[in-house]
Amino acid sequence: MEFISSLWYAIPEVLRTVIVILLQIVAVVIPLILTVAYTTYAERKVIGFMQGRMGPNRVGPRGLLQPFADTVKLLLKEVIIPTKSDRYLFLLAPILALAPAFSAWVVIPFSENMVLADINAGLLFILALSSLGVYGIIIAGWASNSKYSMLSAMRIGAQMVSYEIAMGFALGGVLIASGSLNLNDIVRAQSGSIFSWFAWPLFGLFIVYFISGVAETNRAPFDVAEGESEIVAGFHVEYSGIAFALFFLAEYANMIMISALTSIMFLGGWLSPFQGLDFLINIPVIGLFFGNGIHWLALKIAFFLLLYLWFRATFPRYRYDQIMRLGWKVLIPVTFVWIFFEIIAVALGWQPWL
Amino acid sequence: MGIPLKDSLKHYWKTFSLNELLKGMRVTGKYLFDRNKITIQYPEEKTPLSPRFRGHHALRRYPNGEERCIACKLCEAVCPALAIKIELEERPDGTRRTTRYDIDMFKCIYCGFCEEACPVDAIVETSLFEYHFENRGENISNKQKLLAIGDRYEAEIARMKAADAPYR
Repeated sequence: MEFISSLWYAIPEVLRTVIVILLQIVAVVIPLILTVAYTTYAERKVIGFMQGRMGPNRVGPRGLLQPFADTVKLLLKEVIIPTKSDRYLFLLAPILALAPAFSAWVVIPFSENMVLADINAGLLFILALSSLGVYGIIIAGWASNSKYSMLSAMRIGAQMVSYEIAMGFALGGVLIASGSLNLNDIVRAQSGSIFSWFAWPLFGLFIVYFISGVAETNRAPFDVAEGESEIVAGFHVEYSGIAFALFFLAEYANMIMISALTSIMFLGGWLSPFQGLDFLINIPVIGLFFGNGIHWLALKIAFFLLLYLWFRATFPRYRYDQIMRLGWKVLIPVTFVWIFFEIIAVALGWQPWL
Repeated sequence: MGIPLKDSLKHYWKTFSLNELLKGMRVTGKYLFDRNKITIQYPEEKTPLSPRFRGHHALRRYPNGEERCIACKLCEAVCPALAIKIELEERPDGTRRTTRYDIDMFKCIYCGFCEEACPVDAIVETSLFEYHFENRGENISNKQKLLAIGDRYEAEIARMKAADAPYR
């Protein structure tokens, strides 16, 4: 032990900081990638069940090794670069799509003390990075030099810009209610009991936020960007192998991100729904489960991911103009009205959630 | 003028309560917990086959071992895909028999006309549907191959034909 610590302090301080940061990154990214892998498995399984099928069940027991088989397949495939594409941008695009999807995770509070960067402008950081994700997709669509990719990129660009407004306003409502941009403070502002979660006073914003979140990640029923019948696979038609896998990873990382954010903003993040019921928390071993902690955030994320899959199995794809109508003419006015009444409530000092 | 207020409010309620969406989700949610899957795990489980199933062809023999086919070429004539090619000879005892009976399995559309046309029930389509070709030219099923399939599956072919006979 002593030897290890002496060895550790023998390393120059700059290098030590770098190592610690790298380890922190690994500690977040590895579980995230595993979650993504098993989200794809869960997606195929859940949608299969909902359609009366079985889903993957050949690789490993109950198909549990399917994500790894898929990964190996994608890693071994050749990355084909179309002749007339812009090589540099073509390869840069998946990285540009993935980087914001991963880096937004630094400000997510996993539990009371588990947050990589407890910065004060966490919410702004998230908003900024989720807007950056669209660049990777637009660049991919343009660099592929394919008309389908281009059309898809245009659709995504318009869609993401439209829904970001509703999303931003919904977050504005949370901001007014909690009085902080720091995500951990937002969670703490919801402590008390299950009824102090923002989902109740801000119910409309909660629904609007999650719907725009689904639209932001280009998932069904808002997945016009990859409408098979119209534009093949959308912006990633020309991508294969690991370059395609990166887009896939980014999409699912964004899904988990939106689920995590919805849980944090509206369902109290790592707060337990049994808060305030002290007799449950005081039970010796099971009490740990009823108490606050990362497992509640994980459960809430899992719930929203299930909703994503459920939506995909249930709803037919929106037409493009319907998406625009929903974004601009329904969701944005709803947030306006809700925030208006919220501001009045705050101005009159009537804050039942505090 | 326009839509009555009551209908308008009803419409808004229907839209904003997400009622129809939730109904849809209830249906899919019910199926999520439905243990009764329609999937057939193919290599292990198989769907039942009709006696009329039309799979790979076979040439049958009489119980005494003599091949049935008399080279009348009716199957060749009726074949809409021109998949059958027959050459024949006359034997010393005066009967006609084929020297060549080729079916191009790539051309064949499994319509079953050859079977219908055959006056002696020689060419039949069996319930054999799991076969593949590994080399060029294997798609031509020649006489030996067809007779071999007929010999191997005679019992099953006879059973299938008997099962279908009352309806013909």
